[in-house]
Amino acid sequence: MIPLSEFKEGERGLIARVNGRGRFRKRLQEMGFIKGAEVFVEKYAPLRDPMELVLKGYHVSLRVEEAAQIMMEKLENS
Amino acid sequence: MKQDNITIALTGNPNSGKTTIFNNLTGTRQHVGNWPGVTVEKKVGTVVHNGYRLRVVDLPGTYSLTAYSIEEIVARRFLVDEKPDVVVDIVDASNLERNLYLATQLIELGVKLILVLNMADMAQSRGHQIDAGSLGKLLGVPVVFTVGTKNEGTKDLLDRVVEVVEDRDTVSRHIHISYGHEMEKEIKNIQDVIWQDPSIGERFSTRWLAVKLLENDTAVQDRVNSFGEIGKQILAQAEASRERLTEFYQDDAEMILTDQRYGFINGALKEVLKVTTKTKIDLSRQVDLILTNRVLGFPIFIFFIWAMFQVTFTLGAYPMDWIDAGVSWLGAVMAGLMPAGLVRDLLIDGVIAGVGSVVIFLPNIMLLFFCIALFEDTGYLARAAFIMDRVMHMIGLHGKSFIPLLMGFGCNAPAIMAARTLESERDRILTILINPLMSCSARLPVYVLLAGTFFGASAGNVIFSIYALGIALAITMGKLFRVTLFRGETAPFVMELPPYRLPTLKSLLIHMWDRSKIFLRKMGGVILVGSILIWFLGAFPRHPELTHNYGVDKEPISNIQAKEVASESSEQMPGSPELKAEQKGEVQAEALARLSQSYLGRLGQVIQPVFGPLGFDWRTSVAVVTGFVAKEIVVSTLGVLYVAGADVNEESEALRRSLRGSGMTPLGAYTLMAFVLIYVPCLATVAVISRETNSRKWAAFSIVYSLALAWVVSFLIYQGGRLLGLGV
Repeated sequence: MIPLSEFKEGERGLIARVNGRGRFRKRLQEMGFIKGAEVFVEKYAPLRDPMELVLKGYHVSLRVEEAAQIMMEKLENS
Repeated sequence: MKQDNITIALTGNPNSGKTTIFNNLTGTRQHVGNWPGVTVEKKVGTVVHNGYRLRVVDLPGTYSLTAYSIEEIVARRFLVDEKPDVVVDIVDASNLERNLYLATQLIELGVKLILVLNMADMAQSRGHQIDAGSLGKLLGVPVVFTVGTKNEGTKDLLDRVVEVVEDRDTVSRHIHISYGHEMEKEIKNIQDVIWQDPSIGERFSTRWLAVKLLENDTAVQDRVNSFGEIGKQILAQAEASRERLTEFYQDDAEMILTDQRYGFINGALKEVLKVTTKTKIDLSRQVDLILTNRVLGFPIFIFFIWAMFQVTFTLGAYPMDWIDAGVSWLGAVMAGLMPAGLVRDLLIDGVIAGVGSVVIFLPNIMLLFFCIALFEDTGYLARAAFIMDRVMHMIGLHGKSFIPLLMGFGCNAPAIMAARTLESERDRILTILINPLMSCSARLPVYVLLAGTFFGASAGNVIFSIYALGIALAITMGKLFRVTLFRGETAPFVMELPPYRLPTLKSLLIHMWDRSKIFLRKMGGVILVGSILIWFLGAFPRHPELTHNYGVDKEPISNIQAKEVASESSEQMPGSPELKAEQKGEVQAEALARLSQSYLGRLGQVIQPVFGPLGFDWRTSVAVVTGFVAKEIVVSTLGVLYVAGADVNEESEALRRSLRGSGMTPLGAYTLMAFVLIYVPCLATVAVISRETNSRKWAAFSIVYSLALAWVVSFLIYQGGRLLGLGV
């Protein structure tokens, strides 16, 4: 398992676990960051933070420090 | 009318096209206000269909109904307490999975629901085939397709609403989303306790209450607590249930519930959604590759912002001139029509000049809001926030704070209104509080005058340093407020980046006008009262111990001043006769005497000791007081008091000579510039702060903190400078 923040552009993986607590974790879950969901790293912002992800067919941005809370299984065919 | 009071609530995710549907349903018959106690926009409209008068309430766009954000609290409170007859959930058909999450919560709430699959055309072009009939049966709710941007499906939707109201529809039934054996057991345990008091079940869905208690929802806990003894028993049971579940799942119950809801949606979508063709070329994605490109992203962003400024302030200058001329003309006409006296002075100097000074901002504000609506509705605003977040986050703000702060350099009033695009209340108030430190264009004349007078060739650098001081203070205060007033975890930056869309002109105009209207309506009153007050202070007492007859028509100084403000130039007012030089001198001498005797002048002398440590004399003190109405007035007041010549502007050589001769030092001038930068920008801004934070407390706080900060910083500059022997 590696944190989502270490993914490069164009890589994809499955969410294994969302760390963090309370409001933060709940909000991520509601937006679809749930175990087993596939995440594709679309790109990083020009200043390398935040990052843009494709999840459940929509685009969403997340700060790198927040993405570090999401543990992933990397999919190799990316 | 068969039944007159039918209420429909529109819910939906942000970017689901909810506002377009609302506009389609209600046309221009809408009223925009705020939800009580919060700054969230509330829109209500009416539509007549099949003999029913339907009241449509547009709830804030939310992704969920947990009571975490203000929007969610507002939406949920309305649904639970006001019990609308029908709830219409607008869903982005091309993004079903996440959009349906809200629907599962609405189903749980037990409301009468209609599901609207909006943007059906986009879903189709992406190759999504949705079996609406099966989806409706699975969820137990009627499903309608719409294309909001083309106004398709609106009538169909209204027909369905009437069907549901009349209980004629055949699809609606109450379904339960199954949360798995263990979870269901605990839900039942809690429900058993709730049922001991049958009156609770009449008001709320007991299943919903039980689920919310398992989610540790504080708003529901508070409510249950108010039920009395039974409430305590329910909470005790919920607590025990949650502990048991946490042990069983090795995770919080609320996480499991969210997982299960998505599981339910997944299961449903497997049956009703077919993705036939793979996406061809995603145009939006291609556009985004350029607009947020690592190299091009910033230059393009800067260009757009520059263009917005150009449109707002360059294009806006023309209608501003017309309004300015119109206001002056109106004043002149009134002056000609009415006999000289108190009423005329009040009308012309107080009412017309005062209201005119606000109305003049209207072109700016409308153009600015048009640009922002354009950014927002095309989806670019989210990208701007995406690009800028790294920078803004360093000072504890959100990427979206950037635009309001930048706009502050133009005019703080619309800039503060632009902070509405920030979802988090905390971010919004913080952005609003530091916004006035962005030096607005009305302050520039003061800098030009003082820097030009005392710093000669290096005036440009000095003015630049004032702007930089404002930015540095904004960063400092932002950080300070963040660790004192707005503590606690910051909301995560989970921001949807919606596909780029072409908005309709109609929706842009409605968007723009909604906000401009608020500005006009609410600001008018405050400004009117404020202007009359300052006029009163400058014009009274009416006949001070001025016995010398100056031989010309008496004209209170505030009149000259107001004209000066309105025209911002040394041109003669149309309709006012050219005064001969010596007459002019006499008028001005009288004006000085008059003003020094007025309440305003006396006030300046009384408060001068407060400003003494900053090196201000009583005249500067008066100028600072009048600047409370609007900053450019500082220049004309200084003109009146130092040269005893009212028709000055920041380029006036006479005023510059007088200032230099008055004993003011370069250090004193710099201190005054710093003070003008920091303290309360203008009455309009205070009014907007009060309006946008929906609290007089924040407006009062803003006044007090900016005055205190202005004094302290000016004190440090002045006394520090004297110690170091700089510019004395």
